[in-house]
Amino acid sequence: MALLEIRNLHAQVEGNKILRGIDLTVNAGEVHSIMGPNGSGKSTLAQVLAGKDSYEITEGEVLYNGKDLLDMEPDERAREGVFLAFQYPVEIPGVSTNYFLKAAVNAKRKHNGQEELDAVDFLELVKEKAALVELDSKLLNRAVNEDFSGGEKKRNEIFQMSVLDPTLAILDETDSGLDIDALKTVAHGVNSLRGPKRGMIVVTHYQRLLDYIVPDFVHVLLDGRIAKSGGKELALELEAKGYAWVHESPETAAAAS
Amino acid sequence: MSTATQTRNSVDEFAAQFEQLEKNETFARSWFHPVRKAALARFVESGFPTLKDEEWRFTNIKSVTSTDWAAAADDAKSIGKDSLAAYCIGEVAATLVFVDGRFSAELSSTNKLSNGVKVARLADAMESDAKKLEPYLGQVLAEKDNAFALLNTALVQDGVYIFVPKNAALAKPIHVVYASTCNDRPTASHPRTLIVAEENAQANIVESFVGIDSGSSLTNSVTEIVTGAGANIFHHKIVQESAEAYHFGTIGAWLDRDSRCTSTNVCFDGKLTRNNVEAYLKGEGGCCTFNGLSMLRDEQLVDNHLRIEHIAPHCESWQYFKGIYDGASHGVFAGRIYVHDDAQKTDAKQTNQSLLLSDKAQIDSKPQLEIFADDVKCTHGATIGQIDEEAVFYLRARGLSDTAARNLLVHAFANETLNEITVEPLHERLEAIVLERLP
Ligand SMILES: Nc1ncnc2c1ncn2[C@@H]1O[C@H](COP(=O)(O)OP(=O)(O)O)[C@@H](O)[C@H]1O
Ligand SMILES: [Mg+2]
Repeated sequence: MALLEIRNLHAQVEGNKILRGIDLTVNAGEVHSIMGPNGSGKSTLAQVLAGKDSYEITEGEVLYNGKDLLDMEPDERAREGVFLAFQYPVEIPGVSTNYFLKAAVNAKRKHNGQEELDAVDFLELVKEKAALVELDSKLLNRAVNEDFSGGEKKRNEIFQMSVLDPTLAILDETDSGLDIDALKTVAHGVNSLRGPKRGMIVVTHYQRLLDYIVPDFVHVLLDGRIAKSGGKELALELEAKGYAWVHESPETAAAAS
Repeated sequence: MSTATQTRNSVDEFAAQFEQLEKNETFARSWFHPVRKAALARFVESGFPTLKDEEWRFTNIKSVTSTDWAAAADDAKSIGKDSLAAYCIGEVAATLVFVDGRFSAELSSTNKLSNGVKVARLADAMESDAKKLEPYLGQVLAEKDNAFALLNTALVQDGVYIFVPKNAALAKPIHVVYASTCNDRPTASHPRTLIVAEENAQANIVESFVGIDSGSSLTNSVTEIVTGAGANIFHHKIVQESAEAYHFGTIGAWLDRDSRCTSTNVCFDGKLTRNNVEAYLKGEGGCCTFNGLSMLRDEQLVDNHLRIEHIAPHCESWQYFKGIYDGASHGVFAGRIYVHDDAQKTDAKQTNQSLLLSDKAQIDSKPQLEIFADDVKCTHGATIGQIDEEAVFYLRARGLSDTAARNLLVHAFANETLNEITVEPLHERLEAIVLERLP
């Protein structure tokens, strides 16, 4: 059974069709990259998978471990192991990362029938994972993402991901706004989470990230559809030829018809 | 008009109480008597405000002004220590308890105070320290148009006098408890606190206004705070009156050169609460901060009215008021920053943030800037909103349930104010109340 199976997924906002029939299968152990120009629907796909209710699903289905993902509440999905690293992480005044993350970890543990972590164990876990992405642990006691730099926000997302240890990780433009050193650190964090039990979807606009997180598959999203799929070399080809090239290629025409 | 007649009646009732008090010789011969008499005359002349008054147009007090409020009995009612246990604030330098405005020796205690610090009953201090009180008592407020403060000046029987001499600092807070009880007739009290901090003095004061049992009561308090040059005063006012209680409280602050006054006001219980604040930045480099948090439900109303006067240059003033409104509760905020023409380099900021948890809750927010100097920085901002759904989604996407996510956000909103409280056990106690009230 595939970890994630998206079949003919259509989504819209106020009659504005954004996803127009997405098919994608992610097996445990695989890293899939979704590339595409701005506005092609990458974030929409990521948010729909995480359970954002502002999108209306008009057609299709999504199976996660064989279960109907679209029928689950966002928090239930998270407790079942789905994690979204946000393109634009939200700032939450008055709530520290450590505070809510402890609640999140324990909600998940409870869901899985595990004992809750106490403060000491939690801090130990946090220390280890913060070091992994070189995130200053002082930030974790400050309001979530408030006055964080762009890079700090993205590291915080990857940090949370490693603490929550998801089964399906979706990373939405985690590379944008990062300098090369930060990019390497973040990629290192992501790579350390690669494993036979985990599936990943890495959404990116640029090929650059894929030098450090080498995907098993690359998909090109254009106007709400996957217009082309291939191996890691497809990313390089895109880099060289641009997205317009996908539009022109015969395979796209076939997919669109 | 019936409203006018009713208002007249309750005004007359208070005037009659004043006449009754005047029969007492100590009262009539006191140095404070002329101040009282003048205040009463102004009060009788102007009467209570109505919705037609600009400063009262969101807060209907007809049910207050149409009640015949009785004066409390001469001796404090015995209420038992247990009934105050819930309002404890940890280790203190002194606790002074008043029941319906009357001092309770039984419930009060004062540790040995060093460095010439004085914490006394106002009734005693008015006699023993007359010369020290005279420049301040009834003088800090420009109470010309504040009917309730005038009434307090006329009728105040007791309260607290806190004096912190030059360079003295109190390590532990002083706790003043004004408790209201249920009586045969609706009863009014007019307690007053005067805090005088001399040059470079420091102190931390908590005023708790608590309702001991349900029943209609009116607490009409005044707190006068005088901070000498370089002094630093922390003041907290906690309102946990009973469900049928009316609370009118005026805080007046005079700030001398380079002094600081930080006052944090938290309102949980009471039917109707009106907090008036008047601050006068009289010396260069003064800085006053007023924080407020209301967490209301049912048909509660809390009205915060502030007037910050920048008289001297290079002063700062900060107003941070927050409210969490559930049920059909109602919040009012009116903050006025008044910058006199000499007050160059004023830095003043005012924010009012409201979180509406129900469709029936209501908020009226009115910032007012009156600026007569040209080189100043004054900002104000008001936000009224529901819980941030983006934040709810972010937290749910991490595994928190919808309720847990929402509660966390409300808690965090409240905590931003509670974190300003400098008495840790008080902070913890108030935070526990917030948590207990979350759905
Ligand atoms: N909540 C929304 N409301 C209205 N339009 C939206 C919303 N979310 C996305 N869109 C629109 O859908 C399209 C795809 O957006 P998005 O998924 O963010 O693209 P990408 O992440 O690939 O840049 C854009 O045209 C965008 O304006
Ligand atoms: Mg996007």
